[in-house]
Amino acid sequence: MPEEPLHRALGLTDDELERIRAILGREPNRNELAMFSVMWSEHCSYKSSKVHLRTLPTEGPGVLVGPGQDAGVVDVGDGLAVAFKMESHSHPSAIEPYQGAATGVGGIIRDVISMGARPIALLDPLYFGPLTEERNRWLLEGVVAGIGGYGNCIGVPTVGGEVKFAPPHTTNPTINVMCVGIAPVERLVTAARTVHEGSYLVLFGAATGRDGIGGVSVLASRTLEEGAEESRPSVQIGDPFAGKLLLEACMELAERGLLEGLQDLGGAGLTCATSESAARARMGAEIDLETVPLRAPDLEPFEILTSESQERMLAIVAPEHLEEVRAVCARWGLASAVLGRMVAGDRLRVRMGDVVVADVPARSLADEGPVYHRPLEEPGWLAALREDDPTFTTVTVEPLEAFRAVLGSPNVASKRWVWEQYDHLVQGNTLAGPGGDAALVRVPGTMKALALATDAKGRFGYLDPYLGAAHAVAEAARNVAMTGARPVAITNCLNFGNPERPEVMWQFAESVRGMGDACRALGTPVTGGNVSFYNESAGSAIWPTATIGMLGLLEDHRLAVRTAFRPGCVVYLLGETRPELGGSEFAEVVLGRVSGRPPVLDLERERALHRLVAESARRGLLCSAHDCSDGGLAVALAESAIAGGVGFAVSVAGDLPWYVALFSESASRAVVSVEPARATELEDLCGAHGVPCARLGETGGPRLVFDGLFELGVDEATAIHEEALPKLLAG
Amino acid sequence: MELLGGRGVPLWHAERDLAGVDAVILPGGFSYGDYLRCGAIARFAPIMEEVVRFAAAGGPVVGICNGFQILCEAGLLPGALIRNRSLRFICRVVHVRVESSRSPLTEGVAVGEVLEIPIKHGEGQFVAGEEDLARIEGEGLVVFRYCGPDGTVDDEHNPNGSAHAIAGVRNEAGNVVGLMPHPEHAVDPDLGPTGGQPLLASLLQHALARV
Repeated sequence: MPEEPLHRALGLTDDELERIRAILGREPNRNELAMFSVMWSEHCSYKSSKVHLRTLPTEGPGVLVGPGQDAGVVDVGDGLAVAFKMESHSHPSAIEPYQGAATGVGGIIRDVISMGARPIALLDPLYFGPLTEERNRWLLEGVVAGIGGYGNCIGVPTVGGEVKFAPPHTTNPTINVMCVGIAPVERLVTAARTVHEGSYLVLFGAATGRDGIGGVSVLASRTLEEGAEESRPSVQIGDPFAGKLLLEACMELAERGLLEGLQDLGGAGLTCATSESAARARMGAEIDLETVPLRAPDLEPFEILTSESQERMLAIVAPEHLEEVRAVCARWGLASAVLGRMVAGDRLRVRMGDVVVADVPARSLADEGPVYHRPLEEPGWLAALREDDPTFTTVTVEPLEAFRAVLGSPNVASKRWVWEQYDHLVQGNTLAGPGGDAALVRVPGTMKALALATDAKGRFGYLDPYLGAAHAVAEAARNVAMTGARPVAITNCLNFGNPERPEVMWQFAESVRGMGDACRALGTPVTGGNVSFYNESAGSAIWPTATIGMLGLLEDHRLAVRTAFRPGCVVYLLGETRPELGGSEFAEVVLGRVSGRPPVLDLERERALHRLVAESARRGLLCSAHDCSDGGLAVALAESAIAGGVGFAVSVAGDLPWYVALFSESASRAVVSVEPARATELEDLCGAHGVPCARLGETGGPRLVFDGLFELGVDEATAIHEEALPKLLAG
Repeated sequence: MELLGGRGVPLWHAERDLAGVDAVILPGGFSYGDYLRCGAIARFAPIMEEVVRFAAAGGPVVGICNGFQILCEAGLLPGALIRNRSLRFICRVVHVRVESSRSPLTEGVAVGEVLEIPIKHGEGQFVAGEEDLARIEGEGLVVFRYCGPDGTVDDEHNPNGSAHAIAGVRNEAGNVVGLMPHPEHAVDPDLGPTGGQPLLASLLQHALARV
């Protein structure tokens, strides 16, 4: 059997090899080929997604740094900036769940650190296959332990996220992680900083080993097939204590103003960090690999250049600050090495002692990768699936039975089992942790709070990728708005199948279009994100999963609104319930169908709801507010009751069939409660904002009473909601 | 501590100077990553020699979570902390009952008082040999026990499987105390329960009385 050519083994196509030859004007050597293969991988170059991502709205009044750097940055006033970013670590987690998830946390934390910001919160949106399968339970347990293992140890609170289940994630769990950091505006380390010729490239942190070689090209840019376990050496190993030391050292370096640039070594390792640093500064760089501290003595140049060993950072340091930088590193117990210097021109020249082992234009690696306009085609099976609308089927189950099934379904049930394994309190600023609509984290030194939420709508995305992504933006914004906060900006992670298949590429393009439209309408620019392709096995892709990470800002955290009911209040449904059961939890759990059209989304109505809740919160009008989405009105009411340990008596049906009234997932709705004396004020405010509102009943008592339909005790509802996940996990 | 009027002075692990502080708090965290046994490396930190000396001289020493584990490893407190019964990390608000007023944290707090304080640990199951346990109970060294909201001590309200539901203990002299719950996370009403307030206020009083 003839041996596969090296470039193909590294994941480069024949055309891409031709381009490299043209750029260099000669045959690339083995090291250069390795460098191009990692930088031009789908994961690093966004070669399939770029043409679509360019259409996204990325600018807004508060945006200081948009897409293209390690993290997006938004001005939150008081001289402070928030850096935030989301990434996937799905492929490594599918193979080695603990380390895969742990290193995902470490990587996203370093992205935020790279901006000079101190990480203050983590959120983890996770999507698994059904827990009835043992392997999925093993994956969930490992991933959750890994997130906790890294996040708890490094001392960054995990304040939110979500966990959902769908059959296509059985072979391809989707593991996303978002980090949020904060810094005084003047301390930010952005590309706007001037880099001087002759400044040093200083590598500090952990030593470089053989772990994670080719992670981006081998793992992240291909599908996982049978025998994927053999890729385990491509999964990196996390060391949260080293990560903590690195974090503190970077904060000290940024505080003292010693840096011209700072970049983490994640995907594509040293090649990425050096080429991007040089390209960003519009300069070249010369480095000597013999200076790199190694974990194994016999690493070859291409291995040093592409290793993804964790807990390493690259700083650009002016000569006069070099001693101080190295002293700070030493104080934190970190090795530092001067790799080389920034030089005029555009070449990244890599030596091993006296021998030049690679010499390429830095920009050709970092910015000039291939761009593909891949073919798009709507899947042939979609039209029939959409026509199969579950809204008007004959429902034979009793209302109470349906309610129990939906409230206890793994997607809806309490995720306490998961988030109790995360330290959500460390740093002492968590006003509201996991379990509510959005997490609230106090901005240190101010009365402000950040409201943070992540959302993806995989089922909607499967039925209509445009609407799936748009709903995810709307729901994330709504979750943030429920606290009284103003949605400010998003980051995202786009998780899809193989982009070389036209139907997947169509799903991707539609999702980007939906996300862009929703962000424009809601005034929340896209400050960055990540694309994770190749989430499929044996030709079966995950549902299009556009995960949105929303940043909201609450001017005064004392005015924050919570989910929980308290007794003696009047309950309202804001927004309109329509017969929309397509893609709903009810349709899947009770009717056994994932079909139909997702609910209509009117973004003007959505924005009106957010403004109404914000205004109500400012006036201190609301006793509670809760987003009405997965599982519909019935679940929203039950969750507020469970959170407060307080029952209610409501009348919900109106002219709609009971199952539509209870379980329709119509968008742009919320369940709120007010003191009886202020009910009219709320009604007037709804009128002024053009938000429909319906008085449902009152809170109080120990039971959930759905007038004319059914009732059950708060304790019973709590048990259904709380025990579902632990029971499933017990096998 | 600063919310209650004290001043926090960070002490560096590699130094040997307590900077003249009136009380030492070994906070929670993951000292040196805790890759070995929790606190097993930290007890050898240079600063710990000074802490041991300070404790021997009667100075108030408090260990919270990882700090508790370090004090046990250093032999300043009896018993040891192993992995939670569930084998999982737990972050949750719990209730603890004050069992002894003879510690810097509880001097001003009545025995039997129930406090709401969060725990967050993977290795918080208190264990001791049978004889040690009898001695700890016999000499009244238990300072905190996990309990229900009404003070009932039972298995249901024992979050990690600790022997005798022990959440915190003191030394014989009563100047060194360790506990798994985090009183510092239960001071600011904006952030949740305030069961830590009386404990840290007591520590301040205790330290001031010695000055």
